[in-house]
Amino acid sequence: MQQRNRLEPYFENLVFERDDNTMVINFGPQHPSAHGQLRLILEMDGEQVKKAVPDIGYLHRGMEKMGENMIYNEFLPTTDRMDYIAATSNNYAFALAVERLLGIEDKVPRRAKVIRMMLLELNRIISHLFWLATHALDVGAMSVFLYCFREREYAMDLMEDYCGARLTHSAVRIGGVPLDLPEGWLDHLNWFLSKLPEQIELYEGLLTKNRIWRMRLENVGVVPPEMAKSWACSGIMLRGSGIEYDIRKEEPYELYDEVDFDIPVTDRCDSYGRYLLYMEEMRQSIRILQQLIPMYKETEPYLMAHAPEYISAPKEDIMTQNYSLMQHFVLVTQGMRPPVGEVYVPTESPKGELGFFIRSEGEPYPYRLKIRAPSFWHTGILQDLLPGHYLADVVTIIGSTNIVFGEIDR
Amino acid sequence: MRPYKPKKNVQKQSYYNDRFWVAPRVPQEAVESDEIFAEDFKSLSKTRKVKEAYLERGQMVLIINAKDNVTILKHLKEKLGYDVLSEMSAIDYLAQDGEFEIFYQLLSMQKRRRVRVKCRIKENEAIQSVESLFRSADWSEREMYDMFGIKVNNHPYLKRILMPDDWVGHPLRKSYPLHGDEAAQWYEVDKIFGKEYRDIIGPEQRDAAYISTTDTCNFARIKHEVPRCADPNSEPERIEKFNDDAPLVETFDLTKSKIVDRTR
Repeated sequence: MQQRNRLEPYFENLVFERDDNTMVINFGPQHPSAHGQLRLILEMDGEQVKKAVPDIGYLHRGMEKMGENMIYNEFLPTTDRMDYIAATSNNYAFALAVERLLGIEDKVPRRAKVIRMMLLELNRIISHLFWLATHALDVGAMSVFLYCFREREYAMDLMEDYCGARLTHSAVRIGGVPLDLPEGWLDHLNWFLSKLPEQIELYEGLLTKNRIWRMRLENVGVVPPEMAKSWACSGIMLRGSGIEYDIRKEEPYELYDEVDFDIPVTDRCDSYGRYLLYMEEMRQSIRILQQLIPMYKETEPYLMAHAPEYISAPKEDIMTQNYSLMQHFVLVTQGMRPPVGEVYVPTESPKGELGFFIRSEGEPYPYRLKIRAPSFWHTGILQDLLPGHYLADVVTIIGSTNIVFGEIDR
Repeated sequence: MRPYKPKKNVQKQSYYNDRFWVAPRVPQEAVESDEIFAEDFKSLSKTRKVKEAYLERGQMVLIINAKDNVTILKHLKEKLGYDVLSEMSAIDYLAQDGEFEIFYQLLSMQKRRRVRVKCRIKENEAIQSVESLFRSADWSEREMYDMFGIKVNNHPYLKRILMPDDWVGHPLRKSYPLHGDEAAQWYEVDKIFGKEYRDIIGPEQRDAAYISTTDTCNFARIKHEVPRCADPNSEPERIEKFNDDAPLVETFDLTKSKIVDRTR
């Protein structure tokens, strides 16, 4: 379409001057509470939303295309950039998908599994703290933001002590983990876990019975269970609507069937119910982490799966044994060649069901890699959820869906 | 003669393939090995023809005719309890068979089972929308249309979702290069200034990998280095020749060394 002045923005299906007294508002993509690059086109009748059209794609980097042009190990650090709030959960979901495709899921050593679970739960706490901080900030509670970021900093320090990175961890490898826990890490973790519950109580003291908080969150963004199922909601969006389904419990991976934890569910269906679930999930993560510490001490010090066809041998073997070196060379330069077939592996990331679909044709490059990011549908649901709400509630609803644009646009 | 390069699949290929290596197959099991899946399959095969069914890594895979997709998904949703469409997309097999493979990944929360329904369509065929059954297909089908150019009939709002509306080409097709085609290279220029400005701006401005030989501010000329932002035509001063007589490693003199007291 050619226009006279090409710098002037145009909107195809929008009319700005209308007879029916409604107004069209462009919310985002640069908006502090749009959680990244969300653009919402809202048709307003006074203060009330009549129609909402979410527009995404402002952070599209073509990760699926990139994945098809990379060997499997090369792609792993790219997954960090999806849900950058909890990078390890992406790394892990991808690593698990490839492991299941290769059929080496059971060969991952127990210590590696324990370390991965520790990182996953730590990431869940980081993600939930970040959610609470930004959500409270959006709604107007500034001090909660500061408290949450303080605790998040301790958790990020733990991640930094383990892998050296704070945001883009890449701390999981296909077939295990690259490093053992550093000395004194478990003591630090224990100290953090002993401090966190009283901090969660502090946040709850600030928010749970706070009159403004309740007025802003209660009966706002009600997702009925049918709607949640129909929109393929997962994670807290699903459990906040009274459907008890957590992939860690129902389709257990790693050692989640060995640890004892509860799945909080509420049938309030609104933003307030989801807020309560986030707080409770943090407590359950603490519970899982506390059980993992003694489990770690009982494991033997192996970190990577022994599958010479796909996974490089440990460094000592590479440096001392000729055949290991040859295999390592082939795996690094050419990449592993998984069997022909396809696999879809769901995991429970802090945001919901994060799944990787991989189609392999026996080549070192995946033939098709589809990332099922939970936030994609949690954004789509906005077009059914927002109509009828007031403009001020839009911010609350976007906040309580906990969307991250790195994984929506991929 | 220039070597022929295939246009239908421009994805990265492995540079070395063993002639005698045959890729193994992910093990497939019969549907009967799982009770729940066996029952579902029996109920399903009564309604419409299922071409092939097997279990792969714990999930049932059903291969059906593309025109039966709504009927079969409706049966799976309403009769068999697979009421969540957690994922759907397509795989590009245009180079091999001239077809797309479309897959629907379904979940039943009561049974804790996952089913993948697959069907194939030709390049210019359209598929029927399942949006009336699953609202989540609204966005998935838009994404599939955006990425592969597969038309979806009966979709309420079939419009590009991730790429801009006036984008040329469908990025996830195997024939689409990773770095984008010519339209992608000139997208912003065409949109803001118009096509006639392509010549004025010049292709080197739109090439991320372009290195100017006259630009000494941003690029060093290897073996012809000059100071930063110097005249590109000036030759650098010659580096003094390395003194061969000097020892490569100085011997460690224990008497001159000093131990730092770290306990302080």
